Amino acid sequence: MKTPIVIALVLSLSALAAQAGEHGDKYAGESRGKPLQPAQTNAKWQQECGSCHTAFAPGLLPAASWRKIMAGLDKHFGADASLNAAENQEITAWLVEHASNRWRASAAPLRITDTAWFQRKHDAHEISPAVWKRPAVKSRANCQACHAGADKGDFNEHRIRIPK
Amino acid sequence: MKKLLIASALALSLPLGAVANQIQVQEAYRAAAKQENPGFKDFSATRGQAFYSAKSGDTACATCHGDSPKAHGKHAKTGKDILPLAPSANAQRFSDASKVEKWFKRNCNDVLKRACTSEEKGDFMAYLLSLK
Ligand code: HEC
Ligand code: HEC
Ligand code: HEC
Repeated sequence: MKTPIVIALVLSLSALAAQAGEHGDKYAGESRGKPLQPAQTNAKWQQECGSCHTAFAPGLLPAASWRKIMAGLDKHFGADASLNAAENQEITAWLVEHASNRWRASAAPLRITDTAWFQRKHDAHEISPAVWKRPAVKSRANCQACHAGADKGDFNEHRIRIPK
Repeated sequence: MKKLLIASALALSLPLGAVANQIQVQEAYRAAAKQENPGFKDFSATRGQAFYSAKSGDTACATCHGDSPKAHGKHAKTGKDILPLAPSANAQRFSDASKVEKWFKRNCNDVLKRACTSEEKGDFMAYLLSLK
């Protein structure tokens, strides 16, 4: 009588563990990809998406988010970032191909900074609210301020430097 | 004729090419300015300078490109570094017609909420090309 209960318990515990280990569920399905950025990047993307801000690595968002962003470039967060159709197609295809491969949620936010994984990694325990207001940081989207390798898709914890 | 061919071949391959292209880009704006305004005479660096620093709302071209276009600028929203806009400090500027046109379209839209005229574009270039 006892054995089946123990077995059932062990089974359900390991199922839970497996679930927690599945990265996709850690942030309610809103997980960044691995790798964040392929070794070979697209030159058009680097040039066009890296002129006003760091070119954000494709694995930071799911494919559906990139499609939405690329469809609204003429009104892009208060800026006109429009491209011609050929450039747009090439960049969209590349972003979609290398988008987050661990995203399970149906949500497709337009901002990286609105994703669950980003908010967890950058919550008040990690970074005090005053830090975001420093002139050298200015915006949460200014990844480069703290992650010097952001333009290479390098966000390694050991290479973070928070500006004074 | 032979000299001209050699010169244009060089223009395509050497840094010198940037200068030749800048002239071409500006001449295209001159032709368009004459079309848009039959009274058009010439571009003016003085008008271009005024245009560069004139605020529309709280933004001017200088807000991102800096008070001195020979120095680095800084994107007003994102803080990203912007290379100097003056060709004397950054030889590649105004040498790629489609890049120039793309950014006039975007930035005039963002700052002025309208397209710039060809005269405004040519004046702007005249100002930046006049900086030594
Ligand atoms: C003309 C300037 C400009 C260009 C070109 C541009 N962007 Fe942006 N982008 C902005 C601005 C301004 C913001 C808002 C930044 C902020 O809130 O700090 C932004 C924000 C973003 C964000 C949201 C960041 C966040 O999480 O808050 C994404 C994603 C983004 N851009 C993707 C792209 C892609 C992809 C391209 C290339 C197709 C591109 N951008 C090209 C100006 C530009
Ligand atoms: C004010 C500084 C700051 C800014 C700006 C910032 N981050 Fe971070 N980021 C951090 C810190 C600190 C951590 C470490 C959190 C931890 O230890 O879990 C971190 C962690 C990360 C991680 C996880 C790294 C790892 O090895 O697990 C990623 C990915 C990341 N950030 C991406 C971004 C992106 C993308 C942006 C811009 C859209 C950005 N960050 C903006 C400070 C910043
Ligand atoms: C919100 C910031 C911002 C404002 C305001 C702004 N620009 Fe720019 N501009 C940029 C960025 C970013 C680039 C592209 C990055 C680069 O080429 O270094 C650029 C590039 C350009 C170029 C391309 C030059 C070349 O040949 O490389 C022209 C032309 C230009 N801007 C004109 C203007 C004019 C005219 C105004 C004012 C009506 C203006 N800009 C206002 C951000 C701005």
